[in-house]
Amino acid sequence: MAASGNPKVLNRADLTRRLVAKLSDQAVVAGIGNANFDLFAAGHRAQNFYMLGSMGLAFPIAFGVALAQPERGVIALEGDGSLLMSLGCLATIATVKPRNLTLIVWDNGIYQITGKQATATSHATDIVAVARGAGIPDSTWVRDEAHFEELLGRGFTQGGPILLAAKIDDKPGEIQPPRDPALVRNRFMKGLGNASAGMLDR
Amino acid sequence: MTWSDTFLAALKDNDIRLVSYVPDNVLTPLIKGVTADNYFMPVNATREDEAIGTVAGAWMGGMRGIVMMQTSGFALIANALASLIVPYQIPAIMVVSERGTIGEFNIGQVLVARTMRPVLDSLAVAHHTLADEHTLRFVVDRSIKQAMLTQSPVVFILSPLLTGGNPAGPK
Repeated sequence: MAASGNPKVLNRADLTRRLVAKLSDQAVVAGIGNANFDLFAAGHRAQNFYMLGSMGLAFPIAFGVALAQPERGVIALEGDGSLLMSLGCLATIATVKPRNLTLIVWDNGIYQITGKQATATSHATDIVAVARGAGIPDSTWVRDEAHFEELLGRGFTQGGPILLAAKIDDKPGEIQPPRDPALVRNRFMKGLGNASAGMLDR
Repeated sequence: MTWSDTFLAALKDNDIRLVSYVPDNVLTPLIKGVTADNYFMPVNATREDEAIGTVAGAWMGGMRGIVMMQTSGFALIANALASLIVPYQIPAIMVVSERGTIGEFNIGQVLVARTMRPVLDSLAVAHHTLADEHTLRFVVDRSIKQAMLTQSPVVFILSPLLTGGNPAGPK
């Protein structure tokens, strides 16, 4: 396992619930597949964005939200397979340095949803080393549940960009969100305070 | 005004501040213009689909943006259009400098350029080929307004007839 310090193997749904328990008005962008299934399973929030496709774009989308709303904490949840598809975005984010952006990588070393084929992180690639090399020095392997909570305790609006990577097991995501992208987008915008997105709500 | 000044003026008229781009020779005056003007927030993306994601996120957060790319870069964004921009009804504004035609020297550019309009048509994404300085501002201004009012993306294709083409091309 390519991870410095041999971190404990954790569970994505459990860590997601621990994250959500610490949130107030922060935006969360969750990548295609299990990352967003477990975000939805942790309890829908108005500031959640669930992707249906565009594999690899969770970090770029969250980066855009962070630029638009610099006072709001923005968190992105992405799997190792998805991130490996778009490693370049780490360099872009490192260059711009949005202080309100927290990047979380769920690394189980497999393309879980397509049949558990191995990813490069199960062989040679260390996601935290990649992120540091891309220019995000504040990149950390999560050692265990308590360490994850401690790392989140610093808050979400200052000191970014931050990348946390957790080695996780191969449990599937728990609940799939509705596959209605226009509805998902509208609710997310309303949750971010976009007034026009809520004009028809009663 | 030059075509690039006119284009940037139309962006300002429509509150387009974020500019996520992958560089290209023909785009150089646009990129220089946004970099020199504090009104704009330029972000150099590593890939065009990354730039699409960033502009989509920014729009949902309340900041309008545009993606600037070359025709070969457009070939990287079909999935981002088909699974993010179009189904989520996000008015992504895009400008593509057109390689592969009217004096192209690279056969790879010629071939990839032929995929662009069929991809856009197959997704029913609006696109306008900008070839004339006199109509440029009207087309860009009104099409951005249409995109925002209808929550639909739009692509502006910069023809060599407007830009003079790639300065590295045959003379």
